[in-house]
Amino acid sequence: MKFIDEYQDNKLARGLAYKIAKRSTKTIRLMEFCGGHTHAILRYGIRQLVPKTVEMRSGPGCPVCVTATADLDKAIALAHLPDVIITTFGDMIRVPGSYSSLQQAKAEGADVRIVYSTIDAVEIAKANPKKSVIFIGIGFETTAPTIAASILKAQQEKIENFYVLSLNKLTPPVMKALLDSGEVKLDGIIGPGHVSVIIGSHPYEFIPRDYRVACVISGFEPLDILLCIDKLVEQIEKGEPKVEIAYPRGVRAGGNRKAWQLTERVFEIGEANWRGIGIVPQSGLKIRKKYERFDADEAFSVSLNLSREPKGCRCGDVIRGAAMPLECKLFRKVCTPESPVGPCMVSSEGACAAYYQYGTPENLQGFKADMEQVDG
Amino acid sequence: MCLAIPVKIVSIDGDEAETEIAGVRRRVSIALTPEAKLGDYVLLHTGYAIGVIDEAEANETLKLLEEIASLSEVH
Amino acid sequence: MDDSILLAHGSGGKLSHELVEKKFLPFLANPALNKLDDSAIFEASGRLAFTTDSYVVNPIFFPGGDIGKLAVCGTVNDLSMNGARPLYLSLSAIIEEGFPLSELEQIVQSIKKAAEEAEVAIITGDTKVVNRGQADKLFITTSGVGTISSGVDISGANARAGDKVLLSGTIGDHGITIMSQREGLRFAMTLESDCAPLNKLVSQMLEVSSRIHCLRDPTRGGLATTLNELARQSNIGIVVEEAKIPVKEEVKAACELLGLDPVYVANEGKLVAIVDPADADKILARMRKNRYGRDAAIIGEVTEEHPGKVVMKTKLGPSRIVDMLSGELLPRIC
Repeated sequence: MKFIDEYQDNKLARGLAYKIAKRSTKTIRLMEFCGGHTHAILRYGIRQLVPKTVEMRSGPGCPVCVTATADLDKAIALAHLPDVIITTFGDMIRVPGSYSSLQQAKAEGADVRIVYSTIDAVEIAKANPKKSVIFIGIGFETTAPTIAASILKAQQEKIENFYVLSLNKLTPPVMKALLDSGEVKLDGIIGPGHVSVIIGSHPYEFIPRDYRVACVISGFEPLDILLCIDKLVEQIEKGEPKVEIAYPRGVRAGGNRKAWQLTERVFEIGEANWRGIGIVPQSGLKIRKKYERFDADEAFSVSLNLSREPKGCRCGDVIRGAAMPLECKLFRKVCTPESPVGPCMVSSEGACAAYYQYGTPENLQGFKADMEQVDG
Repeated sequence: MCLAIPVKIVSIDGDEAETEIAGVRRRVSIALTPEAKLGDYVLLHTGYAIGVIDEAEANETLKLLEEIASLSEVH
Repeated sequence: MDDSILLAHGSGGKLSHELVEKKFLPFLANPALNKLDDSAIFEASGRLAFTTDSYVVNPIFFPGGDIGKLAVCGTVNDLSMNGARPLYLSLSAIIEEGFPLSELEQIVQSIKKAAEEAEVAIITGDTKVVNRGQADKLFITTSGVGTISSGVDISGANARAGDKVLLSGTIGDHGITIMSQREGLRFAMTLESDCAPLNKLVSQMLEVSSRIHCLRDPTRGGLATTLNELARQSNIGIVVEEAKIPVKEEVKAACELLGLDPVYVANEGKLVAIVDPADADKILARMRKNRYGRDAAIIGEVTEEHPGKVVMKTKLGPSRIVDMLSGELLPRIC
């Protein structure tokens, strides 16, 4: 497959690994802010290709994982309303809310359907005029424009029964929140490649400027990630943190203006509730008043019981990079992909699911070392 | 995030395009990439093209990777 | 007869008899079945293998097959995986009221074709009809009986350190074909399900070697789940090389699109064989001569280390653990 296979080449990977190992003298900590990166890093064994001096942590980049339990409870409550069809991206369906999950709601008779695209949700609305079709809008800046475009299309085609529960979140604000908290000291950030296709590289400039942290935007193939780490190591060794694009075939500094314009037409920025982090100002997207007839929050009201976190669940800590999955007492013992306690184990981008699925005997040694570094 | 894969535009029909990757065809919306042309590769995310791939940059990156690999072979 | 199945077709009366005589018998005819006794009588001696499976696939028609073909091949293959020669099948159908008779006929034709290829006879059957909404169009259950030649001892518990792991062909074809037909995933391709009866392939393999230790078909849960099952049953470790696992380009592309890993996608016409290393090459050569083993490959080996676990050496070099499939195979966006 073009633009994929070339970036998986064995020989080129070894070349990069060699260069990184030679260059890296200081012990540094890098964090990725994208669930897709978490998944790729573990799937391709990137941790084993980088030297011990490079420690890697997963940040809040899994849209399913960062959805607040209260918001998920709301989605589940909406599913139980009469004549409602819930449409959602696949990974959302198994996440446990306070008392239930969308999958459980489905088993109890609710109409919950997995869709690949908001376009499909709009099609379902067209095909079921007597029902209300609510799309659970999770995702970051990559997905927000697609949801905005679908709302505009629904408006154009005069579709009256399509709604979006807007749970979209923004990446730079949560990066700032994490850097401000100082909970996890970072030297470099592996920037989210596809978010950056939309927003470009300028929104990350505050990271080197205000925090002296390096930021390199990465693609998703193993060579892309290794190239990103190579550039981060270079910046950090030189003591010259800046924003760099290591994925130039996809990311332009100015991003995709058309996509962002469409997004801003339909959405406005407000606060958002991030699981494990809490309310982060200016980090979420809310549907503008002009389009409020598509807003599920405006059109439906549900009463909710107090949301609660499952006992012992450390998803919040894992999401902030403050804990590694192995440090959670429930990991692998009680919390497994078959019977997940929290979202980090459900979603295939969640750190816990990735570590569970891809942890190797050798890797587990590496994790122990990371844990010792954390404790020490 | 997220999962976006490079697909080739094989035909355009208004704000939609027929795309193809390794024999798999899918209709996508190009509402977010109106500048996309026939033959372009675009990044497909949840049914929408979110950006056009810059083939020149792609080649540059590969060249850079080849250089790095050849330097490491010297050792 | 009317165009679609009525409740009366299941009530045991005239319509029921008509259904069997007009829609099933003419196609599946054989001496035992034709008798239409309450049970079919046959003779067999030696060790017998017996298996059963239900088929509820949706959609019931898909590129490369349908629920009928699946029902025959699935049960034939289950028998073959223990080295049994499949002989007879039973066929039970639960049909939803309103199911089009023309589609039923199509499915029975498929069953006939598959049974002919596998050289098995369907000697007993049953049909029931349930109210509209109480079954998703059509459910089929097949049970099968086969004989195992003396000296043949194939079981998931027989793998030994040093054995080679063989795979009969490309993975993911069936699962991806089914997914491509589902609402919302709308992509088009020329890929077809690999649904096929593997009994002849197995008997050819048994002809060239008596040192085949395990056979299993990687159906639901994919190759990864099957390898894990074998590792656990035999209490050994398995190491496979990602680069050696055959995957069609279309399947790779579809998996990229959906964020899936081909090793977890279902197959309906493939087998995994764990064999003595001395015979691996000649078994492989024999497999490649069969149309269902054209793309066969040696993908790994059995080790004493990490018993119960499967480790994959990735294309890039590092190894990672490949666990069983957990929960459902869900497309992801991130």
